[in-house]
Amino acid sequence: MSDLSLRPDEPNRPFRLGMPRPGNGGPAPTHAAVIAERARHSAEAKAPASPEKIVVRDLRFYYKQYEALKGINLGLRDKRVTAFIGPSGCGKSTLLRVLNRIYQLYPEQRATGEVLVDGRNILDPKVDLNLLRAKIGMVFQKPTPFPMSIHDNIAFGIRLYEKLPPAQLDERVESALRRAALWDEVKDKLKQSGLSLSGGQQQRLCIARAIAVEPEILLLDEPASALDPISTQRIEELINELKTDYCIAIVTHNMQQAARSSDYTAFMYLGELVEFDETEVIFTHPKNKRTEDYITGRFG
Amino acid sequence: MSPYARRRATNTVVLALSVAATAFGLIWLAFIFWTLLRNGIGAITLDLFVQTTPPPGSAGGLRNAIYGSVVMTLVATLVGSPIGILAGTFLAEYGRSNPIASAVRFINDILLSAPSIIIGMFVYQVMVARMGHFSAWAGAMALAMIVIPVVVRTTEDMLNLVPGSLREAAFALGTPKWKVIVMVTYRAALQGMLTGVLLAVARISGETAPLLFTALNNQFWSTNMNAPMANLPYVIYQFALSPYKDWQSLAWGGALLITVAILVLNITARLLANLKSFEK
Repeated sequence: MSDLSLRPDEPNRPFRLGMPRPGNGGPAPTHAAVIAERARHSAEAKAPASPEKIVVRDLRFYYKQYEALKGINLGLRDKRVTAFIGPSGCGKSTLLRVLNRIYQLYPEQRATGEVLVDGRNILDPKVDLNLLRAKIGMVFQKPTPFPMSIHDNIAFGIRLYEKLPPAQLDERVESALRRAALWDEVKDKLKQSGLSLSGGQQQRLCIARAIAVEPEILLLDEPASALDPISTQRIEELINELKTDYCIAIVTHNMQQAARSSDYTAFMYLGELVEFDETEVIFTHPKNKRTEDYITGRFG
Repeated sequence: MSPYARRRATNTVVLALSVAATAFGLIWLAFIFWTLLRNGIGAITLDLFVQTTPPPGSAGGLRNAIYGSVVMTLVATLVGSPIGILAGTFLAEYGRSNPIASAVRFINDILLSAPSIIIGMFVYQVMVARMGHFSAWAGAMALAMIVIPVVVRTTEDMLNLVPGSLREAAFALGTPKWKVIVMVTYRAALQGMLTGVLLAVARISGETAPLLFTALNNQFWSTNMNAPMANLPYVIYQFALSPYKDWQSLAWGGALLITVAILVLNITARLLANLKSFEK
């Protein structure tokens, strides 16, 4: 398990450049093209390693008797995007659902081990779940607008924690919608039902709702898997902008998405963390054979 | 015969049988409605709404019975719906894997199909016998006991239809459970829950048996909830069985009135339920 240790502990590791950039108008992005883009992206975004916001230690998770996570150890850095990839059922969504303890809605699910957020173990039963979830926002695979107006969808979360005069509340709603790149599309119909929006807009509404509460961590569980490519691209751009302020964890089935939008990537398989490293390393020089097979599509 | 041809033949036969069965049911329904219209439409006059039930041989209307039916139905709904909604909420939101909830669910299903005359007799024992007289309150309580299981059932079903992902999304914002239920789940299920209440109203507005033992009847205009009160089902029952032509005609009028009212309620309930799909 030693090769699963937290690579990013070593500051300013040299990273590899030199992959050719694909020509414009070429064929659909190939693996190499993705890596190239990734390298470029990483060259721009590179900054000294930031502190670890979340540290997971020996996390095990059970659905009744079934062990879905078998001792996970990793650290998520602040103001960075960490992607979780792996085949269906490998436990990546489960891991995400531990981080805000949403799994606790279901009595037959339980977790052991430690998840330290800012040094505090959130698996401790004494933790106030509502405050925890205020700090850790989550966006789900399927858009889940509440059955209320667009404005109220955003205001709902704000009102849970703050009592603001209407004008100030409207400001907060606007700024959340702006940050989620949705404002221009909905500013004239804030009173309409959130359900009247398109799928991609609904998902951005959900992201706006999550960031309106001003969390410190964002968990994105396949946020773009139900969306068309254009909406997906907008969500990815959004993630890129948001990461300057948040610690972001994203689960995705889309390898290119992981390569494009994350700083670190964790490859999971059958409830275990197989490899965790800088995204560029995972996609160019994976150490584990299974990781390599998976990212090159030879899995299975 | 090839398997495909056999499948098609089976399909045709089953389709024909289904259509025939539906038609058989609908024909009688149309027949009943037509008879009601033919016999009742003549009795629908202004007098029906402004005069009280007459003695045989003189002119009159159903004002007191209409009032009694409306008031008792209203009180029964106001008492029964909140109880039913709260119990249904308990079953759907708190009692998914709770042995008490399973027992409540089972008993509620029995109550749902209990003959209404038994509910009438129960309320007779509990209220009428102790108070020493029939009363509109007792009638309303008997009807409320019919409302409760209907509303419990529809509320639970409608809340169960709300996707778990919506609840999770609300919880993920750090929303306390009661707020998730009131602000998100109820809103998502609102139309269905309203439909359930309307169906319960439609159900009790035609009930005769529970009123027989509780509100009884009153041939005079009375708004006293502590005294017997006239109501449409009982008046229809009494007048229809009488030998007097004018009473029989009033009974037809009352029957048509109730039927149309229930029809309108049901259609409203359907429209409400459909509004939901419009939104999406």
